[in-house]
Parts: sequence; C-alpha cells; structure tokens
Amino acid sequence: MSKYRCPECEYEYDEDNGEPREGFPAGTPFAEVPDDWTCPDCGVRDKVDFELVES
Amino acid sequence: MEASTVEPTGRYGDEALAAGVTDQEALGWRDGKRYAWLLGLLVPMIPFGALQWHMITGSDIAWWFGPIVIFVIFPLVDMIAGIDGSNPPSSLIEWLENDKYYRWCTFLFLPIQFASLIWVCWMWTRPYMDTVDKVGLAATVGMVSGIAIACAHELGHKKEKLERWLSKIALAPSMYGHFYIEHNRGHHVRVSTPEDPASARMGESFYAFWPRTVGGSLKSAWHLESARFKRLKKSKWSIKNDILNAWLMSVVLFAVLTAIFGWMTLPLLLLQAVIGFSMLEVVNYLEHYGLMRRKGEDGRYERCQPEHSWNSNNTWSNVMLYHLQRHSDHHAHPTRRYQSLRHIDDAPQLPTGYAGMIVLAVFPPFWYKVMDKRCVEHYDGDVTRCNISPRARKRILKRWGGDAGVSTAKQEAA
Repeated sequence: MSKYRCPECEYEYDEDNGEPREGFPAGTPFAEVPDDWTCPDCGVRDKVDFELVES
Repeated sequence: MEASTVEPTGRYGDEALAAGVTDQEALGWRDGKRYAWLLGLLVPMIPFGALQWHMITGSDIAWWFGPIVIFVIFPLVDMIAGIDGSNPPSSLIEWLENDKYYRWCTFLFLPIQFASLIWVCWMWTRPYMDTVDKVGLAATVGMVSGIAIACAHELGHKKEKLERWLSKIALAPSMYGHFYIEHNRGHHVRVSTPEDPASARMGESFYAFWPRTVGGSLKSAWHLESARFKRLKKSKWSIKNDILNAWLMSVVLFAVLTAIFGWMTLPLLLLQAVIGFSMLEVVNYLEHYGLMRRKGEDGRYERCQPEHSWNSNNTWSNVMLYHLQRHSDHHAHPTRRYQSLRHIDDAPQLPTGYAGMIVLAVFPPFWYKVMDKRCVEHYDGDVTRCNISPRARKRILKRWGGDAGVSTAKQEAA
C-alpha cells in the first residue's frame, strides 16, 4: 500500500487508512480516488498533483 | 511600526539554518506585530464601548458605535497607522507557526464575541430603547459577528480539530456555518474564475455581487457536502453533515437566547446575522475584484498565483483582520497561520486597507473609478484578461477595450 502527499500542505493520503470522512474507506487505492478530488486540508492541489512518497 | 521590506532569507535564513540556529533572539529578529495581535480583541468589545459612550454622554448615537468604528474610525486609523511590509525570515516560519501564543489571540475572540451578543440581547429588550436605538445596536453587534468571520476564517483553515470546531462556533451568530465548507473547498479551488460566486467581476457592483455570492456560495456548499455523502453512500440528512451541524449551532444559539430574553430577540438576531455576513461579503467583493486566472489547453485553470488577489500592507487593517490582506500568500498557502503570512512584492496592491476599501465598495461609482483602471493596468491595458461581468461587458469593453485601455495604462505608467 502506498502513501501520497499534497505538495502544498503535506497532507498525506495513506491507502492503508484511506480518508473515511471524504468517502474513501481504509484500503481504498489512490487510483480509485477521482481526479478532481482536492486536498482536504488546503484545497489548492488536486489529486493529480499529489506525489508518491512511499510504496 | 516601522515600514521595512527586509529580504530576510539570505540574511538570516540559510546561514542560520546551517548553524542550527532556531531561536529567534539568536537570529536578531523580533515580531513587530506580536503584541499588536491582542488589539484584535477590541473588535468584539465594540458593543461594550457603545455602552460606555452612552453612559458617559447620554447620547443615543452611541448605539451606532459599531458602524461608526468600522466605516469611519478604522479607515482613518488605517491611513494614520501606516504601512508594514516586513516579513518573518523564512527559516523562522515553522517556529512562528508553533508558537501557541498566536493561537490564543484568535481563541480569545470567541468568549468576548458571545459575551457581547448576550449583552446586546439584554439591552435590546430594555423598554427605554426605541426602534432607532435598537437598529443601531443590531448593526453594532452585526459588525462583531462579521469580523468574527475573519477569525473563523483563520481557524477554519487549520488542520487541528479544535480550531475547526471553534471556527464553526464563531460562525454561529452570523448563520454562516456553510462558509467553512464553501470557502475551503469551493472558493479556494475556483478563486478568480467566473465559476466562483465569491470572486467579484469587473463592472459588477457590490449590490449585484451580494445576491450572487450569498446564494451561489450556499448552493455550492450544499453540492460539496452532498457529493461527499454520495461517496460515503449515506444520507446527507445527518448530523455529520458539516453544513447541517453548523447551522444547528445557530438554531440552538438563537433558541436559547430567545428563550432567555423573549421572542422579541429574534428580529435582532436575524438582523445582526444579515449585517454580519454582509460584512464578510463586502470583503470577499474586494479581494479578487476583476482578477482572472487563465485556462490552459488541458481545460484546467492555471494555479492561483500572487497576481490573482488584491493585497494591502496597511498595518491597522492587517492587525484587525489577522493578516487577511496578505491575501496572495494566503491563497498560495491556505493552511499557513496568520502570523507567518508574507507580503509579496509583485502582488497587486490596493490603494488603502480593507477598512477604507469596504467604504468605497458601498458606493459603486467611486469604486469603479478607483478600481477599474487598476484592473486594466494590472493586465497591461488588456481589459479582456479581466474577469468581466457579462452584464457590464459591452460597457466595459467600450470604455477600456482596444486602444483605450492600453493608452490609459501607458498614461498612468508615464
């Protein structure tokens, strides 16, 4: 399972934990997150801007 | 406060970091505004100021103290207090962000804000208050509820749960709980595009902007939360819906105050809420007026740049609004704390602070006179790059289009 980071605010999407509040339960692969999903913390970077930090 | 534009990175930053220095004293930098932030707590005290004034002079004008402070005194103080464009050294930003003192300056706003509101409810129901006094008092506490949105704005952008909750509480008196959702996930995403209800268009008066932003922001907030619940595969009619639970706070607050002070408190609460969120919207109006991001070939808008927000370094307004006027840096780094926001040299600057600009915004002919030429100059005379109101497009293009815009901009430059 991989981790992806928002390059602006360092929010991390960890596939292990998902982001249940946003509707992505634990284990949701980042690939299943819609492309236009914005960073839940800063809002100014989209999913496609996120960087892979750990796989 | 001395005006300075120290470029700190080279002087302190790299060398100091290399030496492992993180203590601000060692770096010889002191935050000139550190204790000034406490002045922000004067705003929620304005209704008590009205009472003092009334007790000393017996004058009924005193109940209008709020609008007098915001529309007359603050713009004047703002001009007298001058400009401060200094930035904290970049190496100290992390240290500055972690200094909890600055958080307390925002937290403390809330108890005073609610004490004011409760006192105004009591005062409003006194038999000797006539209608004019009452409206004045509602406007006075409305100013507090409005500026509380600036405090809620600062808190709502943070990652910490406590601050997000406090943000919603500060929004309760203005019934603007949906702002927390719409601002962070709507406005920041679409800022300075025609799709954003909270970005004003060139040629659009504040009175035309008001219904568009109030209605549009509400609709957009609801769509955002609905989409989230759709992904969750749950009903959006839930207490976990961040719009509904925030609004519920307003309902509970108003219900409790009405139960204590009587049903006659209800018109006060509603009136001050409308005045409160209108204060926020007039600030929204000036923050991005006429500015527009370009669309790339891939259909995505260019990233929000410093050039897409109006800024001001007027010290007084900045202290009262938690550096909200360093708006370009705020849009570049929305989670950055107010004390670390930076002045950016090439970002568009307003002729005075937000305090004076909101006065201008309520008089559209003066607003256009001051701002339209600045928008056109900002785009080197090319008015077509501005975010223009469709209803005013013909008039704007006739006035600023083709050579007219270019020559005026050149004249101004010369």
